[in-house]
Amino acid sequence: MSANYEDRQRGGGYDSDDDGDRRPMGGRGGGRRMHRRRVCRFCIDKVDLIDFKDVRLLQNYLPERGKILPRRISGNCATHQRMLAEAIKRARNIALLPYTTD
Amino acid sequence: MEKRQYEVVFIVDPTADEEVPKLTESFSQIVTDQGGTVTKAETMGKRQLAYEILHHKDGTFVLLEIEGSGREIAELERRMRVNDRVLRYITVRVDEDRRRAEKLKERRARKAAKRPERGSSAPSRRGPAMEFADAAGE
Repeated sequence: MSANYEDRQRGGGYDSDDDGDRRPMGGRGGGRRMHRRRVCRFCIDKVDLIDFKDVRLLQNYLPERGKILPRRISGNCATHQRMLAEAIKRARNIALLPYTTD
Repeated sequence: MEKRQYEVVFIVDPTADEEVPKLTESFSQIVTDQGGTVTKAETMGKRQLAYEILHHKDGTFVLLEIEGSGREIAELERRMRVNDRVLRYITVRVDEDRRRAEKLKERRARKAAKRPERGSSAPSRRGPAMEFADAAGE
């Protein structure tokens, strides 16, 4: 019921062709990506403070390129992602972690 | 005014390794001269740097935990900037974050204490009354 309502709302502004395009796209994306339950590891471990000196921990959130792993992948909650990002940036500043790797 | 807590990490030139204790000592002295206290001074050891700093690939990391007004930090940072043995430093104010962490911990403890009461057959005499009090207060 509510889904129908949403469809109508969205469809109103755009042409009906959009609807046809959207469905296979969504299907493909959903099929390729692993659908995993989102869980914040820090919430489970009841972490209140993320230390920038804890390189071992922070490294888990830096893939090869050295970029901060986005929350949509790691499943972190907003609060902990913020703390994590802050800690990573501090660690980068004093050369504990790389800004980039190539 | 309330005391602030800081963590200062600095990297010392690895070719001047034997100077590390002396440097740490002199920095601590600066802090105490300015009215602060050093609660912890720890050498984290020699480490490889994640990227080159002034053509150095590794360095000795030293951690200082400082309590004070903030004035000693200014002086300490000035000294570190001038000293070419110090490759890099970072100062982080930690008291606010720590206090926040404490608060969260407390809240969680309170929540955990509250939850089993509802389900148990013999609730403590304080539990429900407290809940009412809370509701009335808000």
